[in-house]
Amino acid sequence: MPKPDSLQGSLDLLVLKILSRRSRLHGYAIMSAIQAMSGDVLRAEEGSLYPALHRMEEAGWIRAEWITKDSGRRARLYELTADGKKQLAAEESRWQAVTSAVNRVLRMA
Amino acid sequence: MSWWSRIANGLRGDRLSREIDEELRSHLEEAVEQGRDPAEARRAFGQMLRLREESRDVRLITWLDSLRADAVFGWRQLMKRKVTSAAAILSLALGIGACTSAFRLIDALLLRPLPIAEPERLYALFRQGIGPDGRYRISESNEYPLFRQMRAAVKDQAELIAVSYGGRTDLTYRSDGEMEKAYRQYVSGRMFSSFGLQPTLGRLLTENDDLEPGKHPYAVLSYDYWATRFGRDPKVIGRSFRIGDDLYQIVGIGPEGFTGTEPGTIIDIFLPTMMNPGVTHSDWSWFRTFVKLKPGVAAEPVRERLTAPFQAFQEERAKGFKGVPKRRVEDFLHQKLLLEPAATGVSHMKEDYRASLAALGVLVALVLLIACANVANLMTAQATARSREMALRVSIGAGRRRLVQLVLVQSAWLAFLAAAIGGLFAWWSAPLIVSMINPTDNPARLLLPADWRVLGFGLLLTVGVMLLFGLAPALRASAVKPASALKGGEDLPARRRLMHALVAAQTVFCFVVLLVASLFVATFERLSNRPTGFSADRLLTLETVAKPAQSPLAWDQMAEHLRAVPGVETVALASWPLLGDQFEGGYISVNGAPTSNALAAFLYVSPGWTEAMRIPLRDGRDFHPSEMYPGFALVNRTFAKEYFQGESPVGRLFERVSPDGKRLPFQVVGVVGDACYDDVREPIGPQAYLPFRWVDAKGDVRPVESGTFIVRTSALNPVALAPTLRHEVSRASPEFHVNNIRTQLEINQSHTVRERLLARLAFFFGAVALVLAGIGLYGVLDYTVLQRRREIGIRMALGAPAGDIARRMTVNVFSMVFAGAFLGLAVSFAAVRYIEALLYQVRATDPRMLAFPALTILVAALMAALPPLFRAMRIDPARTLRDE
Repeated sequence: MPKPDSLQGSLDLLVLKILSRRSRLHGYAIMSAIQAMSGDVLRAEEGSLYPALHRMEEAGWIRAEWITKDSGRRARLYELTADGKKQLAAEESRWQAVTSAVNRVLRMA
Repeated sequence: MSWWSRIANGLRGDRLSREIDEELRSHLEEAVEQGRDPAEARRAFGQMLRLREESRDVRLITWLDSLRADAVFGWRQLMKRKVTSAAAILSLALGIGACTSAFRLIDALLLRPLPIAEPERLYALFRQGIGPDGRYRISESNEYPLFRQMRAAVKDQAELIAVSYGGRTDLTYRSDGEMEKAYRQYVSGRMFSSFGLQPTLGRLLTENDDLEPGKHPYAVLSYDYWATRFGRDPKVIGRSFRIGDDLYQIVGIGPEGFTGTEPGTIIDIFLPTMMNPGVTHSDWSWFRTFVKLKPGVAAEPVRERLTAPFQAFQEERAKGFKGVPKRRVEDFLHQKLLLEPAATGVSHMKEDYRASLAALGVLVALVLLIACANVANLMTAQATARSREMALRVSIGAGRRRLVQLVLVQSAWLAFLAAAIGGLFAWWSAPLIVSMINPTDNPARLLLPADWRVLGFGLLLTVGVMLLFGLAPALRASAVKPASALKGGEDLPARRRLMHALVAAQTVFCFVVLLVASLFVATFERLSNRPTGFSADRLLTLETVAKPAQSPLAWDQMAEHLRAVPGVETVALASWPLLGDQFEGGYISVNGAPTSNALAAFLYVSPGWTEAMRIPLRDGRDFHPSEMYPGFALVNRTFAKEYFQGESPVGRLFERVSPDGKRLPFQVVGVVGDACYDDVREPIGPQAYLPFRWVDAKGDVRPVESGTFIVRTSALNPVALAPTLRHEVSRASPEFHVNNIRTQLEINQSHTVRERLLARLAFFFGAVALVLAGIGLYGVLDYTVLQRRREIGIRMALGAPAGDIARRMTVNVFSMVFAGAFLGLAVSFAAVRYIEALLYQVRATDPRMLAFPALTILVAALMAALPPLFRAMRIDPARTLRDE
């Protein structure tokens, strides 16, 4: 169900960007990063984050690995792949194009 | 890679789910660590299960996963009922295997195009018209001088290729003369290039090998022969071998897979036509003519162009037919040329077995349908038991398609397991059947490739079968109404109607199969018991050649030697054995009258031959040893009737008129009973037995090259004496050499090979069909009793007699059986005329023939009905009513 301040469609972009900045994060860390970096405006729901992560993993844009932390617990860490970098560039340029187009309309109309 | 990892994930089963669960849990723990409220965090997560399932769906292919789950479930269902599943799989396996086997045979013999370039442009030349015996026939033999003329006439439109009949011959590779046998064929040199074939080694025959008679002693071996006889030794090129008096050199190996143009015969050695002595004879016809049309040329214009040289040639030959009756000469000149497509080759075996294989194909298809009906009934019965499970699935959200998929997957298990076993059966049985075709000394050889055509057919058949027996039950099962099903499970009348309809269908098929089977068995019975006019009991035939040719006296002396061998009762001489595929005929004139139109058959025999063959003497007497020179003859009853109008011909003269007009007089010394000469099916024709002499054109007695010793032994099994006799022949006189020893029984049986094959196979499949139909009937009755046990219990409690209950249970099903039998009768009547050519002296409308399938089905139905009826009788009303 889409929410008013949802990240519809741009969740992929954000995740890829975050992973390009900081590699090897687990799901929770990615969620907190989105929240922190957007100044608490954007929030990724677990219900949409994990399916998106798994989808991007199947698409080959990110890759995942289980590690065992010192506390003995296991965590699944994600990092960007080469394909993912290309996808990120594509998504970014698309985002720029769309937003600038929307801005133009807002100025004009 | 993502497809691959998704499929792999699907197969990994639970591991994927556990992994996702673990990841989600670690996220939760992390959140708690960071200070979020555990309860709130958990709530934010939403339903873990739904999240996990969503993630899971992303990471694998959902429909594949559901298929996998259905497959596992279906397997477990099969395992729960091992006996019924095994029975279903085996009966399907037999049906599918038999059908695939029949397809293999039909494809290899009748459908598969020759492995040559553009087989659709290959035609074969035939002549149709009335033959010398007065009957219409289509013949394929040609004369070489005519072939040359025809080849020149259509040079621009087509290529003519001569291909002789494949035959077994003795040859030797070594100078010490150790003989072996191989199949050889004389072919036009340009055959290989016309067919676009490339040699595996060395060279193939070319047009340059078609130039001069006798000057091209080159041979090409087939790949098959090279592999089996020489183990693919490349040094075989350049070696030579000897056939008769001719020395040949091997110049090349043919391409793999090409075994000649005669399906049913595998040729080992190809020789140029120029090496056959028949190329210079205008009256020898010894080969088939193939016509390869050039691109863009139609067949009919070519045929018309060939008619002119053909007609001219025939007229030229007819000029020399002074002794042939006028009507026969007219028939000869009225023969027409036919051009038939020959993309799949031309052979006697094809024509002989075309109808038989088609009939067998239909029989096995019917057996398969019976098996399918059984399994369909089985699945319908199971569907009733599973209706509660289905209702549950529907109520938790399974769509109709999903339910249909579920049942179809179970059907697929049955079908594919059956196909695997059936495939083994087909692989084993097809060569077995080929080996049953043809007598043991000239077995049929057929390449049975197991390639994509056969596999494709098998696959298509399996899928078809699966849909046939699985789709209807699947649709019925998925049409369940959850509420009523969950309440108490109902027995839909529609379901029962389906089962009854299937029983009726099974009975129809079973009736047809049984009737056809009994017709074939009766045909074989009649044919093999047909009185041949002579006794084949304990008779051995020794086909012997003498090199150099020996005088008739020497042959008589050899017969004496053989008489002295212990265990031998009598020995006689004949030019060839009766029913032995050799024929000599001629026209007869009595009292100078014009030559009769009826063709008479001749056989050269020694005195005592009629006694050795146990042919009764009807009038006059046998030959005296002093009468063993041309001029005396024994005739059979039909001969007397035909040419002497039934009066006693003893002492009277007849003349044998040769085609060029020469007349040889013979005096009849005795009349013997009729005996089969060349065909057990045809009525016996006029025959004359002449003294065992070879008389040339001038009427002089010549030395004899070949003959057959007819030996009656005292032992029951004449074969035991064979090696002794063979040895005795070579010992007594090294010029004599026994080519072939056969028992007369073998020779007789070689005429009924096809009928025996049909009878055996039809009987087997008839039995199978009956058993399957019986099992099906049993299943349906059992199910009926089970479903209606409440009703039975109530009736019994109210005091209904046993007979009444039995009647109620069975009346529906038995009325279906009767309906099926009547329908089967109707279908049989309609269908039988297609197999008339295969029958001998039996008619489908004969009440005795019809009684057999009707009675067998009745008995089988009664036997199938007894166990369920007993179970119905033993129902305890109190317990049954309490259970519900």
